[in-house]
Amino acid sequence: MAGIDLAIPAGEVVAYLGPNGAGKTTTIDMILGLSVPSAGTVQVFGLEPRQAVRRGLVSAVMQNGGLLRDFTVGETVELASHLYVWTRPVAQVLERAGIVALADRRVGKCSGGEQQRLRFAMALLPDPALLILDEPTQGMDVEGRRDFWNAIRRDAATGRTILFATHYLEEADAYADRVVVIRKGEVVADGTAAEIKALASGRTVRATLPGDDDNALRALPGTLEVERRGDSVIVRTTDSDAMARYLLTRTDARDLEVAAVGLEEAFLTLTADEVLGP
Amino acid sequence: MTTTLDRPTPALGGFSPKLVRLESRRVLRNRRTLIFTVIVPTVFFLIFGLNGAYANFRYGSGNVSAEVLISMALYGAVLATTSGGAAVSLERAAGWTRTLRVTPLTSAAYVAVKMITSLVLGALAVAVVYVVGALTGEPRMALWVWFVAAIATWLGSLVFSAFGLFIGYLLPSENVMQLIGFALMLFSFGGGLFIPLSQFSPVLRTMAELTPLWGLSQLVHYPLGGGAFRVAWVANVAVWLAVFSLGAAWRFARATERT
Repeated sequence: MAGIDLAIPAGEVVAYLGPNGAGKTTTIDMILGLSVPSAGTVQVFGLEPRQAVRRGLVSAVMQNGGLLRDFTVGETVELASHLYVWTRPVAQVLERAGIVALADRRVGKCSGGEQQRLRFAMALLPDPALLILDEPTQGMDVEGRRDFWNAIRRDAATGRTILFATHYLEEADAYADRVVVIRKGEVVADGTAAEIKALASGRTVRATLPGDDDNALRALPGTLEVERRGDSVIVRTTDSDAMARYLLTRTDARDLEVAAVGLEEAFLTLTADEVLGP
Repeated sequence: MTTTLDRPTPALGGFSPKLVRLESRRVLRNRRTLIFTVIVPTVFFLIFGLNGAYANFRYGSGNVSAEVLISMALYGAVLATTSGGAAVSLERAAGWTRTLRVTPLTSAAYVAVKMITSLVLGALAVAVVYVVGALTGEPRMALWVWFVAAIATWLGSLVFSAFGLFIGYLLPSENVMQLIGFALMLFSFGGGLFIPLSQFSPVLRTMAELTPLWGLSQLVHYPLGGGAFRVAWVANVAVWLAVFSLGAAWRFARATERT
């Protein structure tokens, strides 16, 4: 991890977006007290992470595995309910997670999506103030993902803070108030889903422009990002016409290119290794 | 957010008898576990404990059939407690222990649940062997010996719960069950559970006295066998209990430390 500095207000649904290996799970492990940062500290609600977990303030839906196949769904939730000082009723979380009908089924006989909703039911038990979902729909089919997010949505109205890691852009777009994009342990974009989308739907203007007076370009309306590589300058902007006009009429720019950026492409650009400066 | 942030932590690290009840129910549902820890020792008793060639020979204050009964109950009990402890290996492989680490349950409370659950299974193993033995009418021993030997066997098997935890935290799950089956077979020979130690050569007998089941086997047979009490029995149990507990604590610390 290079440096993640995030403050998340209560009640916000935050998507934590990045490619595999970007440091999503590492961050989540630290928030949950499963691992300790080599430098610096982690506090959750002003507490050491493990203490927040022991008080039921934080719970998590982890990635695959983590269940015993020979318990039934109902027994698994019941067992988890005995671990806390206080929990919501077992029947209520089963209902919230949409798995009441599965209560008597062995965990080993449940599909991946059903097991994920079981993990969600367990995470709901302590009525956590912060709920963490680590790649919650990885490996699910489209229907499983829709069912899972419907269950999350039914519950989100309570004002709980939700942080979910994902590498599905559309999930972040559909369910998050705020999207944080990370790459190699660093935040490379942070904004509302609409802002990230604007970033993604912008265009890049590329030109050969010796010199380093890039601040003028940054000051233009619509400019999202200015990057310099030697004599080349690459500008990501929501107003490529204005940028092109400016470059051609007010500077010595030549070899101008304008290119559209697709959603996936923008995401790849945001999270690619060499493209973005600090 | 209406949820208060000022919440208490559970007493006893989250341990509760309800966990033991759920865990026991799950373990007792496993047919393989039941066959190996309850059925096999009972069948062994029916084969070796009822053999007309020697079953009614005198052994201490009772007969050989009673001696075999105590041996097989001990065999079942240590199989139960060892596999109960070693189950941590399977649960780690399944990621279950990681799931539990994101709950208020402490690692120590988890181990306590494992040990007590293994004792529940051990109690069942002892009880079934004794009930079947009593129904055959062959074992002869005083009423108090039935009870004292049974309880000593049950409590003594806790030593092997530590052994199971040690192995469970030491080895990957694929090998654990085969290994403990083999190890317990060797230990059982060393403890004289299958063949009387008197039939061993002097060298083999001395080696047997160093194995982990020897002391416990001598102790639980003592109420029936009588004769001279040897401090070496207690020393054997104490040393192996220390070895297994320290080993389990060492591996446990490794497994749960946060890096």
